[in-house]
Amino acid sequence: MARIEWRLLRVIAAKEFRERLRNRWVLAVALVFAVFALTIAYFGSAQQGMVGFHGIDVTIASLVSLVIYLVPLIALILGFDAIVGERERGSLDLLLSLPLTRAELLLGKFLGLSATLALSTVVGFGLAGVALAVQGQGTDALLHYAGFVLSAVLLGMSFLSMAVALSVITTDRARASGAAIALWFGFVLVFDLLLLGALVTVGDSPLGARVLPYLLLLNPADVFRVLNVFGFDSVKVFYGLATVFPDTLTSPWVLGGVMLAWIVLPLGFALWRFRQ
Amino acid sequence: MSAAVEVDKVTRRYGALRALDEVSLTIEQGELFGLIGHNGAGKTTLFKLMLGLLAPDAGTIRIHGQDIAGAAFREVRRGIGYVPESVVFYDHLSGAETLRYFADLKGAPRGEVPDALQRVGLSDAGARRVKTYSKGMRQRLGVAQALLGRPRLLFLDEPTSGLDPEGIHSVYRLLHELRDAGVTVVMTSHILSEIQERVDRVAILNRGHVQALGTLQRLREAVDLPLWLEAQVVPAAMDAVRAALTQLPVITQRDDGVRRLAVQVRREHKMAVLARLSLFDAQISDLHVREPTLEELFLGHEEAGQERRHGED
Repeated sequence: MARIEWRLLRVIAAKEFRERLRNRWVLAVALVFAVFALTIAYFGSAQQGMVGFHGIDVTIASLVSLVIYLVPLIALILGFDAIVGERERGSLDLLLSLPLTRAELLLGKFLGLSATLALSTVVGFGLAGVALAVQGQGTDALLHYAGFVLSAVLLGMSFLSMAVALSVITTDRARASGAAIALWFGFVLVFDLLLLGALVTVGDSPLGARVLPYLLLLNPADVFRVLNVFGFDSVKVFYGLATVFPDTLTSPWVLGGVMLAWIVLPLGFALWRFRQ
Repeated sequence: MSAAVEVDKVTRRYGALRALDEVSLTIEQGELFGLIGHNGAGKTTLFKLMLGLLAPDAGTIRIHGQDIAGAAFREVRRGIGYVPESVVFYDHLSGAETLRYFADLKGAPRGEVPDALQRVGLSDAGARRVKTYSKGMRQRLGVAQALLGRPRLLFLDEPTSGLDPEGIHSVYRLLHELRDAGVTVVMTSHILSEIQERVDRVAILNRGHVQALGTLQRLREAVDLPLWLEAQVVPAAMDAVRAALTQLPVITQRDDGVRRLAVQVRREHKMAVLARLSLFDAQISDLHVREPTLEELFLGHEEAGQERRHGED
């Protein structure tokens, strides 16, 4: 197996990035994120009869659901045609005839798309962060917020990784987009419903209570939720869930590691299949 | 010096189908080589194998004496350029940006980009986004991309499909320039009439086999299809000419009864018939020999091949 030439990764990543700056993808997504984030940060507590910016923990708790719905969707849209799109437009054979390896092509694309997504996310949610800073939140609160944005980027990368895997195993863009939508439904909507169902059915049994929380690790969206919601005592109380959660699961290091695995494993699978 | 491409007993299967069955051929450095065949004859498969996009199930392929999928694959690939049949480049990059991207990927200096644009006549459009290019311009951008890195070997898959006559002409002019500069050019085509006077050698592929390989002249001799002699005869002399021809070994003759006359003869009788016709110097205003077209050769080969197969049954 040939050694990876980093220069080539950079060339491919830079082209992906520049294309999406050029077609205003980055701008459009950053705007969507910013508008939703500011709106939710401001009106998020309306149910409690208040509007305006509040404590950082409450704001983050309000934004978590937004991120879970929006970021995976955007990441899947961004990545589903990474390889299958090149295949369909006839440029994949051309790229593969060049002095570069399949690993370089795939990783270069992933890095470029990751940078694209990261920039949109940081700019979009960063604007809401600026609004919070102007409200006079302390340094600690802003660090928390930065951690939240970082974890949103990681969540996006995990879905991007799955999207790239889809784009390797599908034969045309239509199938790839269908599969991407199915993936979104599965992880963002269906998974939690199934888990809730299981909780109702077997949650009272000692085994069920012990096993169910770990099932959350099988879904990067839930890993993100746990990472951001159960990291803060005040929010834990707010969700009334403080007691059912094992401590190992609330360690940011464990959760961060699981999130990284959700980025690396689908990408590794994609690479393996792409080499066949 | 080693050959540009050596294909040795290569077999490639798709499931039970043998897309290529023990195919061998050698393409010399500096020749313009045409690979022809029907859809499904195996030419796309052979092309992909030579480019290293597919691996053979059996046999070997060497490019400039080396294995394209081996340890030196980067070096081997730097020596080749490839123009896919139809490639859609990236809408939001300009022509020049697209070429800079490919130059970077090939490790070629970006300084070659203006020259590549100029060679395909896209200098004025280099700054425009590819989105605004016509089909012909995209095709030419594809060719320009292949020239980056100054490869010694070019593969072009149906390079003239969808081009107007002027575009076709300029593609061949460029290919001839490259060939004359020592570059090996391998191209596929299914438009035989277009390729026939423009390549040095052809390989005719049929059902996964190389049915014929060589210069057109050699193929014509091998198949030995008859020639047509076509003459413009003064109307008053038509009967005399016709009568003279009946004494000659012609296969068939036809005329429009007034001035046009066509005679089909075997190759070995060409000179005898021409000699006899030349006696009508004053009555024949125009005379020319029409060689069988590649199309006719191709069909002739196909029939010959079928007969062989029937013979084997």
